[in-house]
Amino acid sequence: MTRLTFGGALRSALHRALAEDDRVVLLGEDIGVNGGVFRVTDGLQAEFGPRRVIDTPLAEAGILGTAVGLAMHGFRPVVEIQFDGFVYPAFDQIVSQLAKMHYRTGGAVTLPITMRIPVGGGIGAAEHHSESPEAYFAHTAGIRTVVASTPQDGAVMLRQAIACDDPVVFFEPKRRYHVKAEVDERVDLRTALPLDRARVVAEGTDVTVVTYGAMTGVCLDAAAAAGDEGVSIEVIDLRSLSPVDWESVEASVRRTGRLVVVHEAARHGGFGAEIAATLTERCFPFLEAAPVRVTGHDIPYPVAKLEKHHLPDLDRVLDGVDRVLGRVAASPVSAEPAPATESLAVRTPEPVR
Amino acid sequence: MAHEDSELLPGETPVRFLDQDGRALDETRYPMPPLSELQAAYRALVVARRINEQCSALVRQGRLAVYPSSHGQEACEVAAALPLAERDWLFPTYRDAVAVIGRGVPPAEAMVLLQGDWHSGYDPREHGVAPQATPLATQLLHAAGFAHAAKLRGEDTVVVAMCGDGATSEGDFHEALNLAAVFGLAVVFLVQNNGFAISVPLSRQTAAASLAHKAIGYGMPGVRVDGNDAAALLAVMHAAVDRARAGGGPTLVEAHTYRIQAHTNADDDTRYRDRAEVQEWVARDPLIRLRSYLRVCDALSAAAEDEITAEAEAVAAELRDALQAEHVPDPEDLFRHVYAERTPRLEEQWAMLADELARDAESEHAESEHAEHEEAR
Repeated sequence: MTRLTFGGALRSALHRALAEDDRVVLLGEDIGVNGGVFRVTDGLQAEFGPRRVIDTPLAEAGILGTAVGLAMHGFRPVVEIQFDGFVYPAFDQIVSQLAKMHYRTGGAVTLPITMRIPVGGGIGAAEHHSESPEAYFAHTAGIRTVVASTPQDGAVMLRQAIACDDPVVFFEPKRRYHVKAEVDERVDLRTALPLDRARVVAEGTDVTVVTYGAMTGVCLDAAAAAGDEGVSIEVIDLRSLSPVDWESVEASVRRTGRLVVVHEAARHGGFGAEIAATLTERCFPFLEAAPVRVTGHDIPYPVAKLEKHHLPDLDRVLDGVDRVLGRVAASPVSAEPAPATESLAVRTPEPVR
Repeated sequence: MAHEDSELLPGETPVRFLDQDGRALDETRYPMPPLSELQAAYRALVVARRINEQCSALVRQGRLAVYPSSHGQEACEVAAALPLAERDWLFPTYRDAVAVIGRGVPPAEAMVLLQGDWHSGYDPREHGVAPQATPLATQLLHAAGFAHAAKLRGEDTVVVAMCGDGATSEGDFHEALNLAAVFGLAVVFLVQNNGFAISVPLSRQTAAASLAHKAIGYGMPGVRVDGNDAAALLAVMHAAVDRARAGGGPTLVEAHTYRIQAHTNADDDTRYRDRAEVQEWVARDPLIRLRSYLRVCDALSAAAEDEITAEAEAVAAELRDALQAEHVPDPEDLFRHVYAERTPRLEEQWAMLADELARDAESEHAESEHAEHEEAR
């Protein structure tokens, strides 16, 4: 075991992948001499050379598009997009090309490309540096979307992503880069928890909280706080947003009967909607209350001095838990008050103001 | 890489060996390709024209959903494929079916996309041909990446990346040329400037003196060539391919040509083009030009012409036969190859569709039994 930061664990995974497989090449902006703006590729160019760790022109579509060509001719490219907000120029290549090539060619062409993208806010950054675009990618068939949230998962999941024959969007929560933990760097990928499986990170019996990325830490804190008040929360780190490990999540929700979904991204069309809808379909007879979403607001990512009001924090998660437990009558976050029992009665529409 | 401007700028006139009647011109910038290659090119041109005519007819018969014809542009199609070695790769667009077939892809497999049977009907690795790209310029980046891979592997593989004049306005065009030049990659970018992107003329795509002038901005040579002169195209493409293979980096080739037919069968080009302009270009037909030259050189006998016509007819017949056969794709194909392995959710969705299909079949069966019963009464 080695004590590593999340960023250090990712670097360890890249180092291992480069050392074990000649087909692995790294592409990105400032990843060479500079070691990446978050230093995840620090020292790798010095060790593996500029033909394996390649500084590219500033061209996100170009990086992704050439990664497609590299993969078509035998490589396993690992692409670094510098910040979440800079991935959009590459969106067309990811959605229209990368995601579809294997399908279009009837399985003849595989594109084992890993796209590392720092994700999320909470680091006081300038605009376009704190986005949570995961729903765009999870919505796209043909690519896998995963989010690692601990050093150990970073070390293992990144190696799994690189070894995977599908294109993988690999989100790295920025707030976690400096989180430290003991990491086993030599985990055997064949026996490790598969890339598309969720992990129960805290066991509980009253409420299931499904989350991923940086919010995993916030939800664990919430579980500890709720535990002090006698509420037992099960926290599930989803890890893979596409495909989703429905089996694990469903088993938990059937036991607890209550679901709270937590993410940083805006609520409208957010990934929490998919979780809540699918689990409602699958677990309806077991549910004691309507699923609750705890999310960021439906706004463009705010300025650094206001981001704390946007991001779900411990209190907002605990409020969500209270709501799903029926401990608060009407939610200040929910627009509609819960209908009373006479809801079937004809109601006079309110006047339009 | 430092270059003299004069090495990178295109000439004042396009490279041209033959005038529109097939008479040899005094072109000194490139060597004239050998007659044997021009004979091979003529054969390929006749086959290409026949494929274009046959596919347009198959659209009218409802056998193809759509066909973006390269009628009039066949010299570019032939010159894209002919100079390539077997190990080389071609990255074509939707209008380049003829070049795809020129690389050895069976005609019926090349038509699978336009038939609506599957998105790509051939195995790219088998023929060194990427799937035909429908969005514009996206494939140019794949071509650059492929050439980057070849360079990292120490191969001398050359990649020809095709696009039209409209695609040069796309961001991917810029990024692909820039990346290819920065990394010194073995890519030949062949732009078929046919004057129109559906209805929008070249003047709305660029204010540059020519598309080939863009090359100097990337630090690669730009060449203008008469896109209806197969001899000139072959000379220019050979030089660019040889340069790339020798490690000299990418070249941008702009071929001046014209799309004789509408964008596709769904397009009405009388809305945006003058008939007189189309007729001017019909007179510059690449087949007639090369044929006249070869006849003057005594390099195309009547017997050879008969043989070539028979070959073209055989290809057309192969296409007709392949497309006459009713083929219904397997609905389960919808769920195959989305990922390397099918996910549980895709399994569920296939089970749902299979159930829908089974119920459809059941009700069809019941309906036909009912009809038989009614008839019996």
